[in-house]
Amino acid sequence: MATIVAEATGTPILEEEHGRPFIRKYIFSTDHKTIGIQFLFMSLFFLLVGGLLALLIRYQLAWPGRPIPLGQGLPETVAPAGVMLPEFYNALVTMHGTFMVFFAIMPLLVGVYANYLIPLQIGARDMAFPRLNMASFWISVPAGLIMLASFMVEGGAAGAGWTSYAPLSARPDLSGVSLGQQMWIVSLVLLGLGSILGAVNYITTVTNMRAPGMTWFRLPLSVWSLFITAILVLLAMPVLSAAAIMLLFDQTIGTNFFLASQGGQPLLWQHLFWFFGHPEVYILILPAMGMVSEIIANGSRKPIFGYRSMVFAIIAIAFLGFIVWGHHMFQSGMNPALAMSFMISTLVIAVPSAIKVFNWMATMWEGNIHLHTPMLFAVGFVMLFVIGGLSGVYMAATPVDIFIHDTYFIVAHIHYVLFGGSLFAIFGAIYYWFPKMFGRMINPTVGKIHFALTFVLFNVTFFPMHGLGMGGMMRRIYDPEQYEHIAGMQDTNVLVSLAAIGLFATGLLFLVIFLYSLFRGKPAPANPWNATTLEWQTPSPPKHGNWKEIPVVYHGPYEYSHPAMDRDWLAQNERPDVVSPAHQPATGSTPLQKGGASE
Amino acid sequence: MEAKHLERGLAAVAAVALFACGGDGDGDRTESRPGGEAELAPAPVVDPAVAATIRGVVAFEGEALVAVEIDMSEEPACAEKYTAGPPMTHDVVAENGRLANVFVYVKEGLEGTFPVPADPVVLDQDGCRYHPHVLGIQVGQTLLVRNSDPTLHNINAQPSVNRGFNISQPQAGMESRRDFRRPEVMIPVKCDVHGWMGSYIGVLDHPYHSVSAADGSFSLSPLPPGTYVIEGWHEVYGTAKQEVTVGDGETAEISFTFSADMAADAIVPLGEPVELHADHQGTAVYAGNGIRAAGRE
Amino acid sequence: MDWSLPLNASTQGAMIDRLFWLIFAITMAALVIVESGVLWFLWRYRRREGRRARYTHGNNVAEVVWTAVPALVMIFLGIYSGRIWAQIRSPESFPEDALTIRVVAKQFEWNITYPGSDRVLGSNDDFTIRNRFEIPVDEPVVVRLQSEDVIHSFFIPQLRVKQDAVPGMVIPIWFQATETGQFQIGCAELCGLGHYRMRARVKVHDQPSYRRWVTERSAAALGVTD
Repeated sequence: MATIVAEATGTPILEEEHGRPFIRKYIFSTDHKTIGIQFLFMSLFFLLVGGLLALLIRYQLAWPGRPIPLGQGLPETVAPAGVMLPEFYNALVTMHGTFMVFFAIMPLLVGVYANYLIPLQIGARDMAFPRLNMASFWISVPAGLIMLASFMVEGGAAGAGWTSYAPLSARPDLSGVSLGQQMWIVSLVLLGLGSILGAVNYITTVTNMRAPGMTWFRLPLSVWSLFITAILVLLAMPVLSAAAIMLLFDQTIGTNFFLASQGGQPLLWQHLFWFFGHPEVYILILPAMGMVSEIIANGSRKPIFGYRSMVFAIIAIAFLGFIVWGHHMFQSGMNPALAMSFMISTLVIAVPSAIKVFNWMATMWEGNIHLHTPMLFAVGFVMLFVIGGLSGVYMAATPVDIFIHDTYFIVAHIHYVLFGGSLFAIFGAIYYWFPKMFGRMINPTVGKIHFALTFVLFNVTFFPMHGLGMGGMMRRIYDPEQYEHIAGMQDTNVLVSLAAIGLFATGLLFLVIFLYSLFRGKPAPANPWNATTLEWQTPSPPKHGNWKEIPVVYHGPYEYSHPAMDRDWLAQNERPDVVSPAHQPATGSTPLQKGGASE
Repeated sequence: MEAKHLERGLAAVAAVALFACGGDGDGDRTESRPGGEAELAPAPVVDPAVAATIRGVVAFEGEALVAVEIDMSEEPACAEKYTAGPPMTHDVVAENGRLANVFVYVKEGLEGTFPVPADPVVLDQDGCRYHPHVLGIQVGQTLLVRNSDPTLHNINAQPSVNRGFNISQPQAGMESRRDFRRPEVMIPVKCDVHGWMGSYIGVLDHPYHSVSAADGSFSLSPLPPGTYVIEGWHEVYGTAKQEVTVGDGETAEISFTFSADMAADAIVPLGEPVELHADHQGTAVYAGNGIRAAGRE
Repeated sequence: MDWSLPLNASTQGAMIDRLFWLIFAITMAALVIVESGVLWFLWRYRRREGRRARYTHGNNVAEVVWTAVPALVMIFLGIYSGRIWAQIRSPESFPEDALTIRVVAKQFEWNITYPGSDRVLGSNDDFTIRNRFEIPVDEPVVVRLQSEDVIHSFFIPQLRVKQDAVPGMVIPIWFQATETGQFQIGCAELCGLGHYRMRARVKVHDQPSYRRWVTERSAAALGVTD
């Protein structure tokens, strides 16, 4: 089937695209690579926005009530004489979470890499639905701009947290925010639509457009994880959209889905939100895991250890991810008996994550480890994700959750998973695929400096938050000095904020590195990392249509250090006869089908 | 209520559609102005030679509700401002048969439009209480809310025909400015941090309003000669009105009498949401007391 | 910079803390194993000229081991946590004759209604105090938690108590203080612009002092209502 599709979208497109005007080629392009790069620029911009908001939050927490430096120009409704108001602080907290989750991490993983990598790694010329793909990007952009614009309307941006718990989010008279909250909803519904369009596309493409020989179990783990993620998006996103529209109706036309005084139920919002929200957490981490697997195999020069158990772990996480949402609600007033079952499913979901960590370690074991910049970030991912995963056990245990729920312990946890985890993987992925995307290399020395600074400052910023949480510091508190039990920890808050400022500066350094390399980086060869997957077997950057001829796949995705080869890698599409017959792996059934070593 | 909701919803949609044209730094201005207000006709000049005055007192009969002490023990920054005696509720101040804090205003009989005073009306938060407790303001006139306490206050105004706001002032010396677009009697204002704090704002499209002093006295001037309906409004005892005619340069003396049993009709049960009854003119009469609920202890 | 749990002053706190430190021990062990393993591999198997990585696709025994071990640890933790949870939150765990106090949260204050000398809520010696939560030591206390407007969360760190207050619901929780002292209630669920200082004083009395305090307040309440 794959060949048919490949022929249908074959050479004619190649020529057609070259003659296209600038606007069709770079702005309203249907090329999956261009769209991926567009998503990259968009989400890096929102990453910067989210970081800036975080900086303001940290400033207020370290030095509560002091005028923000350079904040004199802020409007009186936000920060009179530069002193941030609590409602602005709430908006900052809300929008930081919203931008980072929905407009930075999610599009960085799904928008950028699903778009860029899937066709290249499965050996297709483009996505199944290129126009749908373009639409998904051009729906996401206005969604982000609406979100950004909500800072400028009366009452300010949404201030009920990125989780927007009703009734606070549903009642402007209680929150002081009306239009801002409505724009938050409209923006997320749009973003959800864009994500759903993308997900349909990824699923169809992976299912139908794999190159000849690219069996399911020869798919790179990045494709596997993006494929499963797309299914999660498709199933979870509509729930958020539905809930958000109900919230919009509560706000504007007087329905009462979430308002208890009129017969509604506030907990309904939480159930709907987290039914989406927990799969969302895995949407934000699964692709990161997939790409980290890719980089660790490459850096270790070894096949990924336990490929199949990695795949099954992804599937298990995705499935279990739908039945753990209640662990966000242990203290919400939900039936305590129900909490027990959610606790069990939550503890169980730790197991596949543990499997993945052990497999990454085993992949490094007896490897020949090249610590290139992507590998540094991938190893950083493993080290930090472990902390994030283990701190999750505290919350899963319901009695401990009584104490640490809604404290900085949770804030530490989520940042270890989403920053230490997802964002480190994203940095690794950017360094890894930058040569392919832009045809230029990033200087390895500056990359390593960037890694070292990020790793150290990340830990100084977020590790102490565990301590703040253990001390009982609540989330989303505008002024920690208001409480006796928190005031004594103010020095920790100052330390965290200082490190956060450094972390933000490091982020700016990355932008400089990124932009410099974009224009001045050394030209990249087709396969700078000596990697095995298909995207490295075509020029950097690939031309429109990706391949001269559709590749034929003979091997599994991570045939590093194959004993029959002189060099330590064997590309997926290399003809089996390059491998000497004595050592030739059984290509009909890949060497990966057995868990054991297949020498 | 539904219509208002719809209006907000449409405003939301419109604003979302319009945002691309550039957000407005202060969203207050995005609200459309009601019909005639946009083109202000020249103000009728009240010739000082013929200007009239309506003045009088608000009398009170019966046993007034007793003021009770406010427990400010958890807010030392405010409590320490009361050196003479403990802070008391002051929603009902009735001494010597006179009732204070009655909002007296010209309800009917004025024609034309009136210039908006340039000076702001100040609502001060001092000692965790609002000063003044009842105030009048003209449509478009600036309301200056000031925090004189070194603690957080929020100012939560929930009108029924104007757009509400809920803002905070975490530090002493902070000031916020707001205005109202439509006449509305009265707009309740509360602080959610200090449940006993309440204030009422009467918004009119003319400057003829007054709040009765401790001795019950009030005065409206300089009025053009004419026949007017004057209404007195009290947060506990409801409203009373009367018609009065003043000729050129005259001063008319009137008096209102509120009585303890009027409270029975006007009060809503404690703890109930504040109710506003719209009258036929589209303004609203506040007929209850949601504020005292928290102060009753 | 004191990173530890605050002083514990309740019976359930002791159970929670014990579980906390058990999880701490388990997770720390796992953390040390993984991090030191990663660092050791990075050093031991760093790139060298002429070295070739071991060509292996996995090992089923290893997979089974590292699936089973975490699974067993998690099952153990689940059972142990479940038992503690049941002792704190299950309906059967509520003591029969506990002192019942109503806490009504609203933006941004805690209105606390005490049952008075007769220990019955809804009788006319009840009294309500804003932002002051006073309880006796060594006696089970049931809090019936309500909210008037948005979701708040009733959090007393030293008593290891946290429960959201949800509009439209009356949520009972119980606990028993083991130490006298003064603490604070904080709101742990974002409830609006005054969330950060929605606090109340907590006073744990010794038994005689509590009885005195209640008698005094009840008498005053009766005096006012009569």
